[in-house]
Amino acid sequence: MNGRRSLHRHVCAAALLALSHAAFADDDRRGPGVTLLPKYKQECSACHVAFAPGMLPADSWRRQLDGLAHHYGSDASLDTATVNELAAWLSANAGAGKHMHEAPPDDRITRSAWFIRKHDEVPGAAWKGPAVKSAANCAACHTQADQGDFNEHAVRIPR
Amino acid sequence: MNPSTLVRHACAGLVACAMQPIAALAATPADLQASYGALSRMPSVPDKGQQLFTSRHGREWSCSSCHGELPTQAGKHAATGKPIAPLAPAFNPDRFADAAKTEKWFRRNCNDVMGRECTAAEKADVIAWLRTLR
Repeated sequence: MNGRRSLHRHVCAAALLALSHAAFADDDRRGPGVTLLPKYKQECSACHVAFAPGMLPADSWRRQLDGLAHHYGSDASLDTATVNELAAWLSANAGAGKHMHEAPPDDRITRSAWFIRKHDEVPGAAWKGPAVKSAANCAACHTQADQGDFNEHAVRIPR
Repeated sequence: MNPSTLVRHACAGLVACAMQPIAALAATPADLQASYGALSRMPSVPDKGQQLFTSRHGREWSCSSCHGELPTQAGKHAATGKPIAPLAPAFNPDRFADAAKTEKWFRRNCNDVMGRECTAAEKADVIAWLRTLR
């Protein structure tokens, strides 16, 4: 292998990685950058990790709140005052920008184009293990997910 | 995240914690069982509570699907896999300590498991059984 070409390739790879991290940092900031509303954390992290509000566009959040009595097969209904409080906060902190032009199918974070792209290296079998069960179980692999940190350095895929 | 951002978030987190109300509508499991019992005007029966908790009622889930057969230990959400802290109050002082929270979860979970809300008698039976677990 030509040494210089190999070096060139490594430099390019590093630059690409840095670029993708910079692009990612933009996404990741929506995670740890937004302090979760205590009510949101309390109500929405009982059954699943408290998803960062930037992970869905405002339209999707509104539909989630309108349909809590039939929330992906579970009754997640809340009193009206709580729904209104969550709606205001989610709408103010919802995802914006190029990833959020379209609501994902079924308003599922896991069916968003950005989500699928970011997980394209994860082998299919890894999603089906008993410790993972569901793509919504972020914390199975993202060990800091409960703190809103989805940095890939903290990812440990269970065997 | 740079250190100053981290510090800022940590501070915001502390403030958020300090602002949490101190247990609204504090109650004990015995209080709640008594209120449901009074509403139903029937004596509560722990065995009936256990049966309700562990059967599927002709549907997909039982209470045990998420809370475990014997909810003295952590369970696991049947759909998302998220850990669920023990439900038996002797093993988790947060359980049945708030009337509104108890009502909310009975409403949702009875709907998920049985396709209807539980009666006051059923709620009293379930709490009565959970209180026998030590």
